[in-house]
Amino acid sequence: MSPPVKLIGTFGSPFVHRAEAALRLKGVPYEFIQEDIENKSELLLKHNPIHKKVPVLLHGDQTICESLIIAEYIDETFEGPPLLPSDPYDRATARFWAHFMDQKCGKPLWLSLWTEGELQKGFLKETKENLALLEAQLGGNRFFGGDSAGYLDIALSSLAHWLGVLEEATGVSLMGDECPALRRWAGEYTSNEAVKPCLPSREHLLGYFTANKDKLKLKAMAMLQQ
Amino acid sequence: MAGGEGALKLLGMWASPYVTRAKLALHIKGLRYENVEEDLGNKSELFLISNPVHKTVPVLIHNGKPICESSVIVQYIEDAFADVGPSLLPTDPYERAIARFWAAYVEDKLANQWVRVLRDKTDEERAEAMRQTLAAVEVLEVGLKECSGGKGAFFGGDRVGYIDVLLGGMVSWVKANEPLFGIKLIDAAKTPLLAAWMESFCELDVAKAVLQDVNEVVEYAKAVQARMAAAAANN
Repeated sequence: MSPPVKLIGTFGSPFVHRAEAALRLKGVPYEFIQEDIENKSELLLKHNPIHKKVPVLLHGDQTICESLIIAEYIDETFEGPPLLPSDPYDRATARFWAHFMDQKCGKPLWLSLWTEGELQKGFLKETKENLALLEAQLGGNRFFGGDSAGYLDIALSSLAHWLGVLEEATGVSLMGDECPALRRWAGEYTSNEAVKPCLPSREHLLGYFTANKDKLKLKAMAMLQQ
Repeated sequence: MAGGEGALKLLGMWASPYVTRAKLALHIKGLRYENVEEDLGNKSELFLISNPVHKTVPVLIHNGKPICESSVIVQYIEDAFADVGPSLLPTDPYERAIARFWAAYVEDKLANQWVRVLRDKTDEERAEAMRQTLAAVEVLEVGLKECSGGKGAFFGGDRVGYIDVLLGGMVSWVKANEPLFGIKLIDAAKTPLLAAWMESFCELDVAKAVLQDVNEVVEYAKAVQARMAAAAANN
């Protein structure tokens, strides 16, 4: 009998969503522990002393941090539909594009939403190029994982749900008409029965981004200095 | 049965620590491969076709199919050649998660900061990057203790594993840090386990076969710095 699974997370985080989506796609029951990120709990600090971030997966007395590492752990530990493909080359492809999302795509995408003028133009151009690559990678497939959602869909899930909300909140168009496959995929992903329950409400997210526009713009400028 | 070791080709550049990681993994597994030295100032057709997204080395080509990104390549070598040579990752899922956690740490907190010491434009930015790198090294000492579990000098315990390969690829550059910047990145006084790790790692046959000569790396880095300074002066 497997020890209990708990996930420490916050509302609205696309990284927390990745971990939840992995649990739900795999069919693993879990308890969600809501964390207040402005006032971090002893539990979080004890289990993720290095990064002090969510999500954190607790499986019995084992702790796993980092959203995509959590996803692989879930895939390898529990019975259920596979999240990563079995073929080594397909696995490498999934890892490559997940790495691309986190290392290359994420930051310019965020900055294209919250900066202005010439700076923004540069990030916008870069982001559209990145999205075009993902559009090409998806091709005619229903999901990046093929017929069913998997590791790479999870890794890219912020593009399926958060991106549309952010476009609405900022008035910045990122996907536009150039990414019909990605938009179709976004619809498939967000309506997926397993994944839907762990997507934060669109209204709540929109409310948050709209209310915090100035703060997020300042944070974006600070990010540029890093 | 793997698709024939004669089907492996590595596109690289001798100085790159990322390429060195791929070479280490191939050597540890005992895999033969064709080593192709790319002139990054004059990129070959094969290279551009194989890595159109990043246009960076290394690229591993196996049976005509390209794999890019050093960490992805090392994991691919582990997956595709699971029955060949020693394993780079543990079999237990939790231990694998711990290994991946520290591998990500080496990448995000150490390597990504450290390239900025060479590439950032101002003295302030470079100094900050060095501070961040040194801080990451101290945390990595904790990681080494956790991963090795007292079983040996390596992250993999008594033999090298995934993290040893990722960090190992950087060793010649780690040693080059003092001649280049006057600071020891891995200092036995501050991080004794990592210092012992580096010594043990360099004793391995695979390290002797693959690691770059430190003096050549120093000269290479100085040439890069000179080119960047010249470019900045011309702007």
